[in-house]
Amino acid sequence: MSNALLPAGSTRVDPQAAAAPARRRKPLSVRAYTWFRVGALIVVVLALLAPLAWLFASSLKTNVDIYDASKTIVFTPTLENYVNVITRNNYFVYIFNSFWVALVSTVLSLLLGVPAAYAMSRFTMHRSALVVLMARVIPGISLLVPWYYVFSNMRMVGGFTVLILSHMFVALPLIVYIMMSYFDSMPLELEESAQVDGLTPIGAFQKITLPLSVGGMATSGILAFIFSWNNFMFALVLSGAHTKTLPVAIFDFVSYASIDWGGLMAAATVVTVPIMVIALFTQKYIVSGMTAGATKG
Amino acid sequence: MSVSVKTPAGRRSAPPPRSFSDWANQHRKWLFAAPAMIFVGLLIIFPLAWTVYLSLTDSHGSVRAPSDFIGLNNYVTVLSDTDRFWPAVGRTAYFTFTALAVEMVLGMIIALLLWRPFRGEKWVRVAILLPLVATPVAVGMMWRLIFDPNIGFANQMLGWVGIPPQPWLSGQYTALPTTIFMDIWQWTPMVVLILLAGLTSLSDEPDEAARVDGASARQRFFYITLPLMMPTVIVAILLRSIDALKTFDILYATKGKGGGSFHEVETLNVYAYGLSFDYNEYGVASAVLIIFFLIIIAFMWVLTRRRKGAQQ
Repeated sequence: MSNALLPAGSTRVDPQAAAAPARRRKPLSVRAYTWFRVGALIVVVLALLAPLAWLFASSLKTNVDIYDASKTIVFTPTLENYVNVITRNNYFVYIFNSFWVALVSTVLSLLLGVPAAYAMSRFTMHRSALVVLMARVIPGISLLVPWYYVFSNMRMVGGFTVLILSHMFVALPLIVYIMMSYFDSMPLELEESAQVDGLTPIGAFQKITLPLSVGGMATSGILAFIFSWNNFMFALVLSGAHTKTLPVAIFDFVSYASIDWGGLMAAATVVTVPIMVIALFTQKYIVSGMTAGATKG
Repeated sequence: MSVSVKTPAGRRSAPPPRSFSDWANQHRKWLFAAPAMIFVGLLIIFPLAWTVYLSLTDSHGSVRAPSDFIGLNNYVTVLSDTDRFWPAVGRTAYFTFTALAVEMVLGMIIALLLWRPFRGEKWVRVAILLPLVATPVAVGMMWRLIFDPNIGFANQMLGWVGIPPQPWLSGQYTALPTTIFMDIWQWTPMVVLILLAGLTSLSDEPDEAARVDGASARQRFFYITLPLMMPTVIVAILLRSIDALKTFDILYATKGKGGGSFHEVETLNVYAYGLSFDYNEYGVASAVLIIFFLIIIAFMWVLTRRRKGAQQ
């Protein structure tokens, strides 16, 4: 970098010798930028994390402490809210419901979506792909009324099947979208040489392409799981008392008369923390999924 | 000139299939795609067609109740409704454009700050990831406490610097900007990730060349980096606007049904939800949804055309 700044006509200097003084005394503008950058990034991190810290702190406060301005930062933490959330409000049931719906809808969407994405990528079925991806654009509510009608006639509203199907509406397009860009970037030669060696096309897909696309399936599967876990609108209409998922169950702490703030914050923490832990361990996949297809045509 | 006659060496000229395996291999294109396509057809295309039909009837009360075909009357009703519909359109546009503009500018600044490697990068990345994956309803509840006019931390902070308390979510005119703020907090990280992926895939050479020619940092950004980033910027706008237009969770979590007592955060999505599931006005609701859908499609169409233009 420092060499590029030298005037074009200058005699060649030993790079080591040139780099050493440059490191000791960088130009003022560079140093100023470094400090600006550090300061700005600290502000960004604080702005992103402080509200979450506030959520967590409030979940450890009694409702009396939440109303007390003198206990904003210094307070005696208590697990009372969590005990309340888990025992009196059956949160284990809702945690299981959320987990089950997210898991099954993700697995089923992978089973349908991965082969479809493969066919759409290899045979360039642009129009079919467009139809699947259109699902990402449609407002979910426009499907809810017909779904509600059909499924209530079949006495399925309130059951797991409907919830899982509705969450697949979110997961499937996502998986097809990510896997298509994954298959697009995978060289054809591997499959072709496998076929020369005697595998059938489907055999080559099973034994060569699928094992190589585990990364893509992890990426799209994790994102589908997160989106299903976080989904609120479909469960709000289609879930019943026994199949309620966590985002809907949160509203138990809000009534017209008053809000149980401590319980509400504990419930919000219970919803968010599992997904954040998953996200921390699978950061690489989430980032590659969120940015899939963003940097190329 | 000799013309060589070639038969296309496609699957059609292959010998007739002998076993199921041969048949499956020959038709794998549709065999692979069919399950997903059938799912999409049954759960998306068919219901969507039904919504179009419902929008042409006076269906209300119960979907099972008989309804009459009334042509485009619902659309006339909706489009002449200056009480709820047009304000909802205005709020949707205001929400989407403000959130999008702030998120793009902030996202670009943060992405540029993160562009070159530095120590502690890992921690900043974690901080960026957490809001992104947090459950929107829980995020709404979190901000609802922070922005509570009486006990919220936001007003407490304002008090420290001597600014009078604000009504935030409970104010008729401050509620919508407050929800926009929440959207910005949660989704700027996504813009950062997308733009950062774009920045890292850029080649260093144009930037270096401009540097050698004596271009300032600002000139290099506006004349080199930004034009090269345009396709990625448009993808980010596209992905963000699809979701911003359809925002529902945080609005419902913070203001409840109907977008509050003055409908202060009632966007098209919230309005359509209320018509369908609070008032059971299926016919009118379907008309609103079809109009909403057409608005989204038009928006996407313009953006994808822009993107193609930016790539050439």
